[in-house]
Parts: sequence; structure tokens; C-alpha cells
Amino acid sequence: MLVWSRSGRLVLWVLFALIFGVLFLAPLAVILLSSLADQWNGVLPNGLTTEHYTDVISGAAGRAVKASLVTGFLASALALVSGTWAALSLRLQGHALRRLLGLLFFIPSAVPSVSVGLGLLVAFSHPPLLLNGTIAIVMIAHFVLISAFTFGNVSAGLARLSPDFEQVASSLGARPAYRLWHVTLPLLAPYLVAAFGLSFALSMGELGATVMVYPPGWVTLPVSIFSLTDRGDIFAGAALTMILVVATLVLLLGLERITKRATGS
Amino acid sequence: MSEAVTLRAPAFRREPGKLWIVPPAALLALLFFYPLVLIARQAFLDDRGVANVAEVIRVLHSRFFLNALINTVSISVAATAGCLVVGLVLALILAFVPFPGSGFIARLIDTFIALPTFLVTLAFTFLYGSAGMLNAGLMETFSLPLPPVDFLYSAWGVILAEVTVYTPFILRPLLAAFSLVDRGQIEAASVLGARPFRIVRQVILPAAIPALIAGGSLCLLLTVNEFGIVLFIGAKGVITLPLLIYGKAIQESAYQVACIIAVVNIALSLGLFGLYRFAAGRLGA
Repeated sequence: MLVWSRSGRLVLWVLFALIFGVLFLAPLAVILLSSLADQWNGVLPNGLTTEHYTDVISGAAGRAVKASLVTGFLASALALVSGTWAALSLRLQGHALRRLLGLLFFIPSAVPSVSVGLGLLVAFSHPPLLLNGTIAIVMIAHFVLISAFTFGNVSAGLARLSPDFEQVASSLGARPAYRLWHVTLPLLAPYLVAAFGLSFALSMGELGATVMVYPPGWVTLPVSIFSLTDRGDIFAGAALTMILVVATLVLLLGLERITKRATGS
Repeated sequence: MSEAVTLRAPAFRREPGKLWIVPPAALLALLFFYPLVLIARQAFLDDRGVANVAEVIRVLHSRFFLNALINTVSISVAATAGCLVVGLVLALILAFVPFPGSGFIARLIDTFIALPTFLVTLAFTFLYGSAGMLNAGLMETFSLPLPPVDFLYSAWGVILAEVTVYTPFILRPLLAAFSLVDRGQIEAASVLGARPFRIVRQVILPAAIPALIAGGSLCLLLTVNEFGIVLFIGAKGVITLPLLIYGKAIQESAYQVACIIAVVNIALSLGLFGLYRFAAGRLGA
């Protein structure tokens, strides 16, 4: 214990509550409140209503939720396969090449998302690679942006894996493919699920690259939240944001439960 | 280059496993590095495909570009400083003056990493906007004719939102570093009469420096790249490099200008990424 006096501790806890309340709790609480607000002229809303939710659900929200979920699922699945593949095959490389390629696989996380979108527009707006205006370009943008996170998560999992299991499997005569499918991948499973969950959440909230490349028929949740608030419809925007937050949290908690049940911890 | 290839070829033949890296590397090369190279090329070509270097010089000297660059760097530095201070205070209390439920609170703050950044800006509109709760409360209490709090639509609004969004990125490595600090050393120092402030300065802070440097450089990188917060605040005077790229490319269809600015932005980000990797490498992460 760093601070022994009761009053000293109390002062610090009040300070903590103040910072936590202003910076983290208040924004979440106020989004929830405003998504339910009837009219808001004073300090607090004049009344509560679920009208904004029914409005956005009957309006653009259904399609936006679908676009976000489909984009997030496909981009995360591709990122999971490619990131796991990269992390596993990187182990077969020599030291220098492994370091260099490891760095290159991380670089997409460092480049601003708007520039990733701009690059895709410049590269894929002409035949033979004409993807501009298709749904595929949105998936590709999300895949590029989250690929570094899945790669990093899987690499971290691989680094923590004890090499004993794989060596025992090899010495018992397991061929590489059998060893990969029955030993390495099951051991990696918790990291794979965590990587998938994080990249899905990142994809659900992605805005910068999406506003650069999205076609008219494929408006994701963040983009439709922006167009709502930009029109001044901030209460509907708050309701749609709550839908996004709840969808993300349900997804993350669900995946965490699956991991816990699978590993038995 | 061709020499290196011929020298390496026998090694590939001996170990075919090395070729497994080709598919994911090729995918990333096509979808990420190839567009990146094209941005650099497009920066020197006008929209009809003719070389135009004068435009590069004009943009780099233009007021809108320099303003955006200054805005980006100063907002990023201020937000990172704020994240470091807030993150350090929160981490110190969570780690060394814990309270019932502090573990849960730490996890709650951690989930902010997964939430979209513009959420905070939208919330700030309701809290601190001209018709927000704070202004409404102050106007009612002191019967003021005009909203007194007016920082949201300036760089300060962006900075406060970024502090909220990126403090968890400081908190995470700090809490990890603090969990390794020997509690006995702190007890001993405090039994010997050292005051808490001195213990923090001489025992705890030295252990936290690598985490602060790594977390701080990550914050610099993320705040330079931040787009959603700035877009949602939508203040005319607060244009950063990513917002300028979006405006030039999508709203004005000026692709060469957008690419010139993107090259500068990407170079700045990659420099900060190098700083982060260096700091994280020294941390042993």
C-alpha cells in the first residue's frame, strides 16, 4: 500500500472517480441518455422515448447493421487466415528475413486509414483491376487495416506456445500437415478467437478508409452515423451509435465466453 | 538484386517450407504496398497523367497544407501529453491504492480500445456543445444569455476527445509494468519514512519510464492518424492532414493534391511507427 492514511486514500479515490466519471463514464451515459431523449432543451431531457430506435431500425439501420456485420465478418475471416498463415510460415524463415517480413506485416497498422482508402482508389479504379464502386473494395480496405492486428495477436500467441508439444508430435512421427492441424492450431485457438474478435470490433468502428471507398449501396454503421449527425439528426445518430456499441460488446463478450469454455479456465 | 535471387535459390530448394510465406506476403503486397507506391507516383502526376512537379512545390508551400500540418502535430503532441498525465495518475491509483472493484474498472477502461473513436465526440456534443448539458446548466443557474463554454469546436475539443480515446493505450502497458514492481521495496521505503511522492519519483517512475515511452509514441502515431474525432467535431478551423486528404480526394476530386498530402502524412506516420518499434523493442515487447 502506497498511501497509508485513510484521508489520503479517500482524496485519491475521489480524484480517480472524477477523472473516470468525466472522461469515460459520462460519454457512454450521455450517448445512452440522448438515444432515449424525447426533447432536450435544458440540463436533462424533457422526456424519454424509444422513438429514435424505431425510426433508425425502420430506416437505414437495418441495412447498415447488415453491411457492417458482413464486412466485419468477411474481412476478419480473411485477415485471420492470412495473419495465421503469415505468422506460421514466418517461423520457417531465417532470422534476418523473419525480422524484416514481421515488420512489413505490421506496417498497415501505422498508415493512416484515409491514406489506405486513397491508395485503393488510385490503384483499383482502372481495368483490369476495376474494384472502385464495388463492395469488394470496402472489404479489402477493412482487411488491410485489421490484418496487422490479427498477425500481431497470432504471433504473440505463437511466441508463448511451448515448443515441446510440436517436438513430441514430430518425434512420434506426425507429418507437418497433421501436426499443424491437430497440435499447433488447437493450441493457438484462444489467440485465434481473440484476434478474430478484436479485428471484428475494429472493422465495425472503421470510418476513415470506408468513407473514401464505399459504394452508395453499402453504407456501414459508422458512415450512416456520420451522415445522420452531419444532417443534424444527432438523436438518431446516438441511437445508431448505441446499436453499434451493443453489437460490438455482445460480439466481444460472446467470443470471450467461447474461449473460456474451450480452454476450461 | 538478381545476384541475391540466384544466391538464395539453392536455399529454397533445400527447404521448401520457406515458400509458404509467399501467399500472404503477395496478398499484402498487392492490396497494400502496391497502392502505397501508386500514391507516391500519383503525387507527381496531374489528373490527366502528365508529370507535374510544380504542383508538388505549390502544395507543400500552400497555407492549407502548412496549417493542417501544424494542427496535426500540435494536437497530437498535446493529446499525447494529456494521455500520459491522465494514464499515469489512473495507473498509479489502480495499481498502488486499489479500491474494491478497481480490477473491473481497469477492464472497463480497456474495452474503450474496441469502441469507435467518434463515439466520444458525439457524446461531447451533448455534454459540452452550445446546447449541451454543461452550457444549459450554467445558463440556467447564472441566467446567462449566451452559452459560456465554447471549447468543443476548437483544437481543445479534439484534444480532450483524443485523451479519452487514447489513455487506455497508456494504461495497459503501465499497469503491466507496475505489476512487476516489487511491493516489498515500497513497503520498506515507506517504513523507513519515505513519503508517497518520493516513493513514486524514486521507486515507481523509473520502472514506468519504458512503458511511458512506448505508450507515448504509440499515442503520437494514433493521434496523428486520427480521423473520426476530427471529422465529427467538424470545426472549420481544425483541419488535420487525414481530414485534408479526405476533403481534397472526395469533396474536390483533386487526386494529385490528396496524394501529395498523403505522402507527407504517411512519412510522418512511418517515422512515428519506427520510434514506437524502437521504444517497444527496448521494453522487450
